[in-house]
Amino acid sequence: MALLETTPIQKSFGKLVALDGATLTVGESEFHGLIGPNGSGKSTLMKCVAGAETPSKGRVKFSGIDITRHSPAARARAGLTLKFQITSVLPALTLYDNILLALQAKSSLMGLMFSRSRGALHDRVMGMLEQFRLAARAYQPASALSHGQQQWLEIAMALATDPKLLLLDEPTGGMSLEERRVTGDLLRPIKQNCSLIIVEHDLDFIRDVCDRLTVLDQGTVLCSGTVQEVQADPRVQEVYLRRA
Amino acid sequence: MTEATPMGTEIDNVLPHSADKRWFGKSGAMIGLIEIILLVMGALAPLALPDYITIYATRVLVLCLFALSFDLVWGYAGILSLGQSLFFGIGGYAVALIARDANIASIFVVLPLGMVVGLVAALLLAGFLLLGRHPTSVVFVSLGTMTGAYAADRFARGSQYLGGQNGIPSIQLMTIGHYELSEGPVFYYLALGILVFFYLLCRFMLRSQFGLALAGLRESEQRIAFFGYRAQHLKAIIFAVSGAIAGVAGSLYAFHEGFVWTNMLGVVMSTQVVLYVLFGGSGTLIGAVIGTLVIEALGYWLSNAFQDIWPIILGLLLLLVIMFRPAGLISFVVSERERVGSFGRPVRRGGHGSA
Repeated sequence: MALLETTPIQKSFGKLVALDGATLTVGESEFHGLIGPNGSGKSTLMKCVAGAETPSKGRVKFSGIDITRHSPAARARAGLTLKFQITSVLPALTLYDNILLALQAKSSLMGLMFSRSRGALHDRVMGMLEQFRLAARAYQPASALSHGQQQWLEIAMALATDPKLLLLDEPTGGMSLEERRVTGDLLRPIKQNCSLIIVEHDLDFIRDVCDRLTVLDQGTVLCSGTVQEVQADPRVQEVYLRRA
Repeated sequence: MTEATPMGTEIDNVLPHSADKRWFGKSGAMIGLIEIILLVMGALAPLALPDYITIYATRVLVLCLFALSFDLVWGYAGILSLGQSLFFGIGGYAVALIARDANIASIFVVLPLGMVVGLVAALLLAGFLLLGRHPTSVVFVSLGTMTGAYAADRFARGSQYLGGQNGIPSIQLMTIGHYELSEGPVFYYLALGILVFFYLLCRFMLRSQFGLALAGLRESEQRIAFFGYRAQHLKAIIFAVSGAIAGVAGSLYAFHEGFVWTNMLGVVMSTQVVLYVLFGGSGTLIGAVIGTLVIEALGYWLSNAFQDIWPIILGLLLLLVIMFRPAGLISFVVSERERVGSFGRPVRRGGHGSA
């Protein structure tokens, strides 16, 4: 059984049809790239999966459960987490506190009041920061980080909730080439525990990181398959050439 | 899952470190120092002051407690409760009624009663304003709370049972066992003790992991919902705690002044508490106390020195602070970083720009 499955999804905003029967299937431990020209419906599909938008028609199933109408918080508790396109780390808080905030989300209210998990989570916070090469700056506010580092912090925060599926909306937006390369390195080790859906314009990055791709065009799926299959598909080349 | 990479510094070295010093420039323990100084001053004040000023100071301490309740919702959870006096006033009216009609004035009954009444009123209002299906906007909540306070004010004015315009006069003295508590040093120390108790309670709560969740809430409600927090529940809880504290303050106020009247419920008192907290600096607890002390002390002195125009002078001073120090008086000595605080384990800044 796939981790995430959808029936054909329709989503319109007034007269504008953003999604016209697009589907998405993601397996366990799979890095799945979602690509397509501007306005093809990538972000809308992502939002329908994340819970930021509700489809006009169609269902979203996660681990066999229909989550189409679940709130984002309920999806997060089920193991589906989102990293926003615009970085939204909490700038006034330290890096440490940003991660702790994500880690302690599952604690009970009384647990929070009496700080019961503070000691136990310390090693995990530092572990996450080390994994993402941010440990040296643990006690600085997130606002002091470079843009690329903020993106990493945000990915670390998303992973801290122990998701089974993480949605990354343009994770390398605004990053330097070097930062993109490192981002790929940082993502690979998480594959054992977690699947990814990545929306991204940088096709080199997608080729480098993803196992499977889904190509959207005008709200429908143009093709879906392994990176090699998709690359060989003449329709994909046509869509990207048409855009250029 | 901690595959720590030894090459962790590889990127760090390329990126600017210039921002570090700015954040550790100011000493990190100002708040604690100010708290201790104020506590010592508060404990010694009645020894040095004439009785009539001690009585005035007692009222100010009660108002500090009220300001604390507003700082909790506005400074920590980002809920602009423009009707905070509703809970203060309801607490006051509740104990005045039980003293008048049931002849009960024992401190062990009236203070818990004021607290429960404030708590329940806040929970009911939170049910309407905060716990809807969709997150509500700051403006909606502030107008909603203001309307609540205004409606309660009008209701009390119109109600014979509540004494109408005049309120409920000559409330009997609060009792501890057989001892009757009149204005003066004993009441002062009682108020101080209660203020310190609730201050420490708030401080404990706000520095816990719950405080971190609130900090996240204030920064971005939507963001923490995506982590799985029930943001609206957090808001309702802090709103209720704040209502309970305002209720205690109101019941103390009622017994100290010996009467309750409609202004305790209405917009006047609500506005006053907003000014206290803005002036002192929201989001620090101690800022709320400082704001109340300074405004009340200035008001007292100005009203003696410039009998006719003192409200204008005080108003201008408030305006200046809010224009040029939007983070309040406290921001002269406490850095933004210390204000936000740190919630993890105690920080050891070994060789990390701590000079």
